[in-house]
Amino acid sequence: MSMKNKETKSLPQETKAQSVLNEIMSGDPVRIALSILLGFVIGAIFMVVFNEDVVKSWSNFGADPNYALSTVWWTIQDGYGALFSGSIFNLNSDNFVDAIRPLTETLRFAGPLIMAGLGVALTFRVGLFNIGATVQIMMGLAGATFVSTRLHMPQIIHMLVAVAAAVACAMVWGIIVGVLKARTGANEVIVTIMLNYVATSLFTYLLREPNLLLEANGGGTPKSDRPDGTAMMGALIGTEYKLNYGLIFAGLAVLFYWWLMERSTFGFRFRMVGHNSSAARAAGIKVENTFIWALAISAGFAGLAAAAQGLSVDGGLTTSIEAGIGFDAITVALLGGSRAGGVVMAGLLFGAFKAGSSSMQVAGVSPEVLGVVKALIVLFIAAPPIIRAIYRLPKPGSKVLEAAKSAKVAKVIK
Amino acid sequence: MSKIEVTPGMFSKAEAKPSLKAPLAMLAGALVVLIFFGLLGKTGNIDFVWSDKRETIQLPEFTVNSMLFCTIVGALLIAIGAFSLWLSLRNKKTPFWLIAIYALGSIMALLGWLATGATQGVQMVFILSNTLVLAIPLIFGGMAGIMSERVGVVNIAIEGQLLTGAFVSAVVGTMTGNLYLGMVAAMIAAGLVSTVLASLAIKYLVDQIIIGVLLNVLVIGVTNFLHSAWLNNDSSHLNFPGTFDRIAIPFLSEIPIIGQVIFNNRITVYLMFLIVPVLWYVLFRTKLGLRARAVGVNPLAADTVGINVAMTRFWWVTLGGMVAGLGGAALTIGNVGSFGREMSGGQGFIALAVVILGRWQPIYVTLSALLFGFTIILRVWANQVSPGIPVDFITMVPYLVTLVAVAGFAGKVKPPAASGQPYIKG
Repeated sequence: MSMKNKETKSLPQETKAQSVLNEIMSGDPVRIALSILLGFVIGAIFMVVFNEDVVKSWSNFGADPNYALSTVWWTIQDGYGALFSGSIFNLNSDNFVDAIRPLTETLRFAGPLIMAGLGVALTFRVGLFNIGATVQIMMGLAGATFVSTRLHMPQIIHMLVAVAAAVACAMVWGIIVGVLKARTGANEVIVTIMLNYVATSLFTYLLREPNLLLEANGGGTPKSDRPDGTAMMGALIGTEYKLNYGLIFAGLAVLFYWWLMERSTFGFRFRMVGHNSSAARAAGIKVENTFIWALAISAGFAGLAAAAQGLSVDGGLTTSIEAGIGFDAITVALLGGSRAGGVVMAGLLFGAFKAGSSSMQVAGVSPEVLGVVKALIVLFIAAPPIIRAIYRLPKPGSKVLEAAKSAKVAKVIK
Repeated sequence: MSKIEVTPGMFSKAEAKPSLKAPLAMLAGALVVLIFFGLLGKTGNIDFVWSDKRETIQLPEFTVNSMLFCTIVGALLIAIGAFSLWLSLRNKKTPFWLIAIYALGSIMALLGWLATGATQGVQMVFILSNTLVLAIPLIFGGMAGIMSERVGVVNIAIEGQLLTGAFVSAVVGTMTGNLYLGMVAAMIAAGLVSTVLASLAIKYLVDQIIIGVLLNVLVIGVTNFLHSAWLNNDSSHLNFPGTFDRIAIPFLSEIPIIGQVIFNNRITVYLMFLIVPVLWYVLFRTKLGLRARAVGVNPLAADTVGINVAMTRFWWVTLGGMVAGLGGAALTIGNVGSFGREMSGGQGFIALAVVILGRWQPIYVTLSALLFGFTIILRVWANQVSPGIPVDFITMVPYLVTLVAVAGFAGKVKPPAASGQPYIKG
């Protein structure tokens, strides 16, 4: 970056300003910021248009235009204000503990999203589209819960064994996808969609089966016991917060992902297959085996997410415990550009959405609007042409940019 | 010029070799029926109830011993499997009607085995008519999938298009009081979703699968929001469309069994009987269809002979979206009568699987969709007769069948060659 600045300094005044602007505008961080901004703006429009008070006040706009405009403002403020105080800092509380509780909730929700998101991101880097995080999380949950409710072990060891069981169970289902993909050439998108359904049924069955997961004295509803205290992920920063050790696992997972993808030989192979599988094959990489490894490790991340989710529940497991994490993981990975840092940021954003939705509900704004915001943000980021068209940004490699670059080159040559 | 039929094996023997996996899978299934349902099966009786009580012509019930019935069916299935193996060893394809008989036989054996000893028996009209009605959204979704994949665009957004159609048809149908307007609006709205997919995928070359997934997320988000923030406030004026009236076709609806199942239905079902054959005819018997398929297999060659690849893709994908919208309308005003949150419940994804299972052929896709419709009603029905095995396992069957099929056990599954690949005019 500093090199570029030095070069641009020597450019003529007009071109310099233009080229700097262009570089920033077509660069990723700005595009992401604009996407997020636009997502929130459109979300606000949804909130306003479908708010009864606003509609009423606008129906007699002529009589009281100030009131009509202020209802619009108040609706937006109520909605996003509640999101802020539910996910970052609660301005209405009188003590510090309550004030920062929303932030800890955001971190708590972000943990599983980040871990599952890393799993999906890994497969993206290998050029696969694994949308089976749901299966892997469900099976990981089943594994973790079996260990945490049926086996009895000392503190910490019990928790670690449960985490290992979750990872192992999830990996089995990743390997199934990998083997089907590598040996039969089956499309991984279809395979994972089908497995999602199979796993949902299987999970319900496991929760209903008295010998496996069904709670003691359980009735017809599929529900497990509460995990043993020894297996629970305990409070991380004090018992007044729900934040637990799951966050540590998320942190370790991020470090491991970064090392794996950016520093290890394994990750190099993954990326090579993802860039050009034919070239990778020509270079002697066993592409099929790489697929299997990638899907297995990816499922391992989903298993970690499952452990964090399953070993921190207040009551027993139910069929809704998966909470859409597997599907959100896809959007997290897309938003994060499949990089460790990006996935963390995306996970935090979506975690904040999850944490803030209950206080939006209390404020009388439908938290469902966050679903729209979320989808729009990722859509804008995944489809650069949309955001470029809306903000009239220059295309990378467009004439304006090329002109600026060639001017730069000409200067250097002189 | 005489017409030359190009058959597999015409140019090389290697390409004609039928896989033995399919006959072996058939034999394995037949053995399960023979041994577990028949020889080691349940001892009670099965009641096959052929007629509904409303019908004018009543067929007598057919009661048979469960073990005897399943053993006979199992033996028949083994014979079919063995014949199919024999054909494959002689490099001949198993005829489709034989596979259909096999499927029918195994379904009857499964139904009989599940209903052994149950008081209400196997109610054929109930099962078949619900199978058809529940399969309609899947069939329309499948047709949408065929229409876009045949021209080389993977349409993961079928789920979103179904949901859009369901939502718009319910709201417009209620607000205008005219369900036909609701249906048309559903087609237009879902067509617009498809247009977004088409233009981003074709013009801007954004990854088709990613755009499809995100459009689904967006539609789910928007409909969830509108459902909770708008429809729920005044559902009697916004989300209370009711359903189309049933149209009984004179005389035909009096035929035992099929009369009630096929000829006494809502317009959405009859439209399906219209659209599927038309799509088949257009795709495989007209110049338009030939061009479309050419674009999906080799866009460069199609471009060279003067076909506008981008426009062909754009229109087929958009029209496909409209058909999916019709499927969405079939969910609300064709069956349930109001819009529910995320009511498509993954049926768009099943439609994708159905397309693969049916090998991108409208007729086969329809039959595969019927298989899935059958399993949905089977789950409901099996809960009533309380069979010996957990219902969760019955629910899994169609997904496992699809997995086996995509894993190459049901012959080579070959998508249109350029499916999912953007075409850059060079």
